[in-house]
Amino acid sequence: MHPAPSVILFTSLSGLGFGLLVWLGLGVLAPTGWVAFVFFTIAYLLAVGGLMASTFHLGHPERALKAFTQWRTSWLSREAWASVAALVLMALYGAGLVFFASRWAVLGYLGAALSLLTVITTSMIYAQMRTVPRWNNPTTPAMFLSYSLAGGALLAGEVTIAIWLLTIAVVAQVAHWVVGDRALAGSGTTIASATGLGDRGAVRSFEPPHTGTNYLMDEFIHVVGRKHRVTLRAIALISGLLMPSLILLAGVGHLLAAVAVLLHLVGVFASRWLFFAEAEHVVGLYYGKR
Amino acid sequence: MAKDQPQLDTSPHVSDEVRKTTCYMCACRCGINVHMKEGKVAYIEGNRDHPVNRGVLCAKGSAGIMQVNAPSRLRAPLKRVGPRGSGEFEEISWDEALEIATGWLKPLRETAPEKLAFFTGRDQSQSFTGLWAQSFGTPNYAAHGGFCSVNMAAAGIYTMGGAFWEFGQPDWDHTKLFLLFGVAEDHDSNPIKMGIGKIKERGARMIGVNPIRSGYNAVADDWIGITPGTDGLLIMALIHELMKAGKVDLDYLAQFTNAACLIDSDPNSDSHGLLLKDSEGQPQVIDRRTGQVAPWNGEGVQPDLSATDRHAGITHRPVFHAMAERFLDPQWAPDAVAGKTGISADRIRALAAELARVAFDEAIELDRAWTDFRGVTHPKMIGRPVSMHAMRGISAHSNGFQTARALHTLQILLGSVETPGGMRFKPPYPKPHTAHPKPHCKVTPGAALDGPHLGYPQGPEDLCLTETGGPARIDKAFSWDNPLSAHGMMHMVISNAHAGDPYRIDTLFLYMANMSWNSSMNTRQTMHMLTDTDENGDYVIPRIIYSDAYSSEMVAYADLVLPDTTYLERHDCISLLDRPICEADAVADAIRWPVVDPDRDVRAFQSVLCDLGARLNLPGFVTEDGSQLYADYADYMTNHIRRPGIGPLAGWRVGEHGLQHGRGAPNAGQIDSYIRNGGFWMEHIPEGAAYYKPFNSAYQDWAVQMGFYDSPQPYIFSLYSEPLRRLQLAAEGTGAHQPPEHLRARLQTHMDPLPFWFEPLGDETAEGYPLHALTQRPMAMYHSWGSQNAWLRQIHGVNPLYVPTKIWKAQGFAEGDWAVVISPAGSITVPVAHMAALNENTVWTWNAIGKRKGAWALDADAPEATKGYLLNHLIHELLPEKGDGMRWSNSDPVTGQAAWFDLRVKIAKSPAPQEAQPAFGSVGSPVPDATETLAWKVGK
Amino acid sequence: MTALPETTDRKLGLVIDLDTCVGCHACVISCKGWNTENYGAPLADTDPYGADPSGTYLNRVHSYEIQPNDGPAQLVHFPKSCLHCEDAPCVTVCPTGASYKRSEDGIVLVNEQDCIGCGLCAWACPYGAREMDPAAGVMKKCTLCVDRIYNENLPEEDREPACVRTCPAGARHFGDFADPDSHVSKLTADRGGMDLMPEQGTKPVNQYLPPRARDAQMQPPALKPVAEDAKGFVGWLDKALSRVGGG
Ligand SMILES: Nc1nc2c(c(=O)[nH]1)N[C@H]1C(S)=C(S)[C@@H](COP(=O)(O)OP(=O)(O)OC[C@H]3O[C@@H](n4cnc5c(=O)[nH]c(N)nc54)[C@H](O)[C@@H]3O)O[C@H]1N2
Ligand SMILES: Nc1nc2c(c(=O)[nH]1)N[C@H]1C(S)=C(S)[C@@H](COP(=O)(O)OP(=O)(O)OC[C@H]3O[C@@H](n4cnc5c(=O)[nH]c(N)nc54)[C@H](O)[C@@H]3O)O[C@H]1N2
Ligand code: SF4
Ligand code: SF4
Ligand code: SF4
Ligand code: SF4
Ligand code: SF4
Ligand SMILES: [Mo]
Repeated sequence: MHPAPSVILFTSLSGLGFGLLVWLGLGVLAPTGWVAFVFFTIAYLLAVGGLMASTFHLGHPERALKAFTQWRTSWLSREAWASVAALVLMALYGAGLVFFASRWAVLGYLGAALSLLTVITTSMIYAQMRTVPRWNNPTTPAMFLSYSLAGGALLAGEVTIAIWLLTIAVVAQVAHWVVGDRALAGSGTTIASATGLGDRGAVRSFEPPHTGTNYLMDEFIHVVGRKHRVTLRAIALISGLLMPSLILLAGVGHLLAAVAVLLHLVGVFASRWLFFAEAEHVVGLYYGKR
Repeated sequence: MAKDQPQLDTSPHVSDEVRKTTCYMCACRCGINVHMKEGKVAYIEGNRDHPVNRGVLCAKGSAGIMQVNAPSRLRAPLKRVGPRGSGEFEEISWDEALEIATGWLKPLRETAPEKLAFFTGRDQSQSFTGLWAQSFGTPNYAAHGGFCSVNMAAAGIYTMGGAFWEFGQPDWDHTKLFLLFGVAEDHDSNPIKMGIGKIKERGARMIGVNPIRSGYNAVADDWIGITPGTDGLLIMALIHELMKAGKVDLDYLAQFTNAACLIDSDPNSDSHGLLLKDSEGQPQVIDRRTGQVAPWNGEGVQPDLSATDRHAGITHRPVFHAMAERFLDPQWAPDAVAGKTGISADRIRALAAELARVAFDEAIELDRAWTDFRGVTHPKMIGRPVSMHAMRGISAHSNGFQTARALHTLQILLGSVETPGGMRFKPPYPKPHTAHPKPHCKVTPGAALDGPHLGYPQGPEDLCLTETGGPARIDKAFSWDNPLSAHGMMHMVISNAHAGDPYRIDTLFLYMANMSWNSSMNTRQTMHMLTDTDENGDYVIPRIIYSDAYSSEMVAYADLVLPDTTYLERHDCISLLDRPICEADAVADAIRWPVVDPDRDVRAFQSVLCDLGARLNLPGFVTEDGSQLYADYADYMTNHIRRPGIGPLAGWRVGEHGLQHGRGAPNAGQIDSYIRNGGFWMEHIPEGAAYYKPFNSAYQDWAVQMGFYDSPQPYIFSLYSEPLRRLQLAAEGTGAHQPPEHLRARLQTHMDPLPFWFEPLGDETAEGYPLHALTQRPMAMYHSWGSQNAWLRQIHGVNPLYVPTKIWKAQGFAEGDWAVVISPAGSITVPVAHMAALNENTVWTWNAIGKRKGAWALDADAPEATKGYLLNHLIHELLPEKGDGMRWSNSDPVTGQAAWFDLRVKIAKSPAPQEAQPAFGSVGSPVPDATETLAWKVGK
Repeated sequence: MTALPETTDRKLGLVIDLDTCVGCHACVISCKGWNTENYGAPLADTDPYGADPSGTYLNRVHSYEIQPNDGPAQLVHFPKSCLHCEDAPCVTVCPTGASYKRSEDGIVLVNEQDCIGCGLCAWACPYGAREMDPAAGVMKKCTLCVDRIYNENLPEEDREPACVRTCPAGARHFGDFADPDSHVSKLTADRGGMDLMPEQGTKPVNQYLPPRARDAQMQPPALKPVAEDAKGFVGWLDKALSRVGGG
């Protein structure tokens, strides 16, 4: 798949943002006044900023409201509802902490749940795609969730939780790669099944339908060089997950924490870039590409 | 309907009006329905009533909208201001343009008309442009046939009085086995596809003989991946097998071919090898009823295929004996030809047996009685349901004429020409070679030529020669070099004019042919010849006038450009006097008419010729008082009279009792009748006349009534070709007309009255060039003119060279690689791609995709110009010097057909260059730059 | 809305005959021509005369080469447009309801007024049957010529998809797969019509007819020689002719 910056930004940032909101909502940290204000501002900048970014790749952002209509069937629609609901509830909840120094717990728990749901819906948009075997398995939500919660914990400065979740994220991430690398082969979809000609012999794409490019090729066919992939995977693991844990283990100061967060962010971007760039859409088979 | 489904208008307005005319995105000439919205072209679809396409339309035809709106359309007459080839022009008025042309041409006509060379490309108005040239008085006129498929046309006409090309077609509704030799697309683009569809629907079989298995050959049940240039061998072997097994249609051969005609077989007689004739000049046969010689067409005569006759001390034997000697020779046995053709002897034997099985064991009978020219009535029409079709894969080789002759011989031996299930002619064919005009070349300053330029010589006396026996025409057509060049030799014009051989010309006048690019061999050299100057700095070819509708590569090489209209903006005439659009069951002709008005200062070329003809005071183009005879082409189409009662259009002419078809006086309302009828006229052939046309008196009478000829012309097929023998006899030293010494041997070999196979002439010097290199027509492109089309160029924007598995592996090629391809004439560096379904010694690419930078209103970095390329750079119009120190032209020795497909190359991996090589500088564009995005919708 | 209808009254779609398709691209261009002028926004082309032309097409013709274990390689031309799947994933992913499957005939359409151009439906389609229009920013796909097949402004005989009407080889057929007696149902049954990517579970309506067996060696009875040379042939000829009797 074509790694569109807008989508990478969106999933990475909003993931972090909603992760932080989860912890705030659960009251794992219950700051009040100015401190609360700062935490919530960060969370909303990330979450809302991400959501904004996601509208950049729309052909008609002005019609975005229509995306709320199909929650019964569409994960994207559900994400729209979940995110808005989460943001509204958490705004009220935040207001309580900032202005009235009082924590309306129920509201918090609900908001946390919805924030979590938002991350799940986002991940399901990808996980549901049978056409992209690398995504079409439980490691996708697992990875999105663990990343989001770990990142949130990092931002929240919840050391122990962060370390645990970063470790879980490592597992989820590695699992996603291991499963993903075998996914297309395992999916049973091949140029033979795509053309129905497999029983006659080895099928090969001879001439593309057009010598020029087209939307499908630009959107779905993206080949990542081996070296490239190895480096990026290393960055995702080391900078995104291992280094932050180590820093946290080394014990905190605000500065170090900030460094950990930045390193994590870099890793998340690498991970998400790969998430898209490595994903093979089965339509590539029709073009003799993967 | 589900309540929350959007309300959809399923009956939207389609168009304000439908205008029915004829497509010209290629020469197939299908009928089209042009849907108009607010006076603009909104959609083009096929005309269901039209004889050619019955409603279907190909990719090109459907893309017509993008052609009539192409940014490459020329906008006004152009006068060259920069050096030739620079593409620097100024737009001028039509008056100025026509003044310039008149100023150049008038003096030529008065002093030396031959100094005008007027050649037209895939011209569909040859009977008009030819008439113009004839009236001008120059012998130097022809259209593109010489580099196209004259081998196919000439072999067909001389053998059967009809050809493949678009003059004949398989009996799609009855054939059970269809053999396709060397066709990728052909002019009959849609009819062939429709025919293949019919065959498939009926479950009949199709065999493709072609080095490349794409397109039609991809859907063939069997594929014979023959070595290029060896079809003649394969066919000779098939004939060998069939004769050896006696699996030939003796009855058909005896009655309807000259197999029973007697030939002088006395080596010492002056008429050795010529047909025995009676006082009326009728060929003689032996009548089985009497055992006596009798004219071939005598009442009730039963020609004997075997009996010989001794006459005035000379033995005469039937053609069939000579055929037995020729075809049963062991050199044509399957085992002898397997190696060269690349087809196993067993496969050849099986194919021969299959032909015999279908032709004779699966014969069909139509319950239609018919009467032949001998007055014999046949209760049924017997069919041999084996059909064949062939085109340039056969004809674009230097042995193409004799190969095509062999192919027709095979068809005739099976009795499958003009019989049900076999091959059928389209009116006005069949028409024997004897009924065609002969070539004319007698020049009289200030007067018209003595007759039509092109035709079918019957012997040495009909050639176009000077008193000294040299070529009379600039292209050397109808000279001893290529005696039967029935379509002229357009591909030799520029190089001969440049060399001043046989003489110098003044003005080269070209129409609709991209001669500086894809229609020339040796393209780089051609561009040089067009721009070369002599010692005083004058151009060697002093003046060039060109008519094109678009900004093609050739435009830059003209001094004066006459911009034509597009095919939807003008009148045109698809006439029975030209290349007809008939079907085997019907005679038809058609028109084009302006369904939209030009939005530029352009004029229809034919109308311009009417004007120019008048300015030059050409007979046939001015009235007695010297004023312009035809206001425009439409006027000519309606009012021109070719022979009494015969005009350009056969429909709705005026007879004694009102309107009639075929013959008749001009009808002022004729074009309106055509428009009302959908742009065409068609009349069906009576059932009893639909087959056996050359021999069928019902057909002959109908043909006379239609005006194809003025008296019945029944004839029999020429398995043995006397015109060839006459030329061969001359080469042997007999007769008044003698060829130059250096051509004797070659003529003796090649003017063989019976078909044979010889190695393509280029092979002799192809040592070290192991591969054959071919081009194919892409179905969705038309030569160079498809690339200006925004919708089509996305399908074929580049043309990799396809390489067979053996070579791909040997060279260690990988996807995305480039290779240098070298022929005896030059070298190119191009992208390669792998193809397994390909003869193992053949490489190929799509034809004419490569474009010159600056042409066609494409950006200079368009893939057509950076990755696209032509094979033409590798093909020379002359063969490399041989032992005899001569450079023969790269063409068929009989017809002069350009031997495009004799090309031999070697190939090697190459580092990817910046662009495909050779790369040429950009030419200036006479049209403005094109738009950035296209979102086409004319309706609201 | 993007819930798929339980069932559709009819199942309109195409049969594509891979045995007959010569790969001429006529269907590609007639489709482009009809649909740029009709349903919804025009089908745009970017850089149409430049270095990198790229346009929206609702139907494209691929070609594949098959190398059997024995015998020469084969070439198959392979037209592909929306298959109007019964279980259309492109529909259910759509957040706006722009994508829907008609309950009356099963045609899958995009309501361009509602489309936000998110591209998700194209992601969900395994066949590459949806293309985002670069100019209009809405999703484009084969409409099965819904604006032709019921169009009262067209003569009866023309109420079929543009690509079917134009196909010179007759390799495309249009009809109702819900009716077992329809032309398309029969063709599918007789010629072993197949689903593309059945494992994707989309239940495509369009069916593909596999190419008939190629290069099945001809085995006609071998020819028996009647003569070895010209002399022998003339001998045979005389006998044969006397048998034939009067020419
Ligand atoms: N779409 C489209 N249609 C066209 C044209 C076009 O440009 N585009 N051009 C028109 C014109 S001008 C012409 S002349 C006709 C030509 O129509 P075709 O005769 O189809 O011409 P080519 O495309 O050159 O195809 C030649 C075929 O012969 C095969 N071939 C080459 N050498 C041999 C050989 O030695 N033996 C055998 N058996 N096969 C061989 C090649 O592989 C190729 O398939 O097409 C006309 N129709
Ligand atoms: N390598 C290789 N070369 C070949 C062949 C091959 O098989 N291989 N095939 C050969 C054959 S058979 C042929 S016929 C030639 C064809 O080659 P050309 O005869 O050059 O055919 P086109 O490229 O179509 O060029 C025709 C010219 O006519 C112009 N034109 C188009 N429409 C109109 C119109 O309405 N009016 C006017 N006035 N001009 C118009 C076009 O813009 C173009 O410049 O190519 C030959 N060249
Ligand atoms: S074959 Fe195509 S381009 Fe040629 S005339 Fe017919 S529709 Fe037009
Ligand atoms: S129009 Fe018919 S033959 Fe041509 S590509 Fe399309 S389906 Fe195949
Ligand atoms: S082919 Fe693709 S777009 Fe068409 S219905 Fe099936 S999934 Fe949807
Ligand atoms: S692109 Fe349009 S049709 Fe497709 S999913 Fe998005 S909104 Fe629906
Ligand atoms: S049915 Fe209509 S929209 Fe669909 S491919 Fe054919 S022409 Fe195009
Ligand atoms: Mo041609």
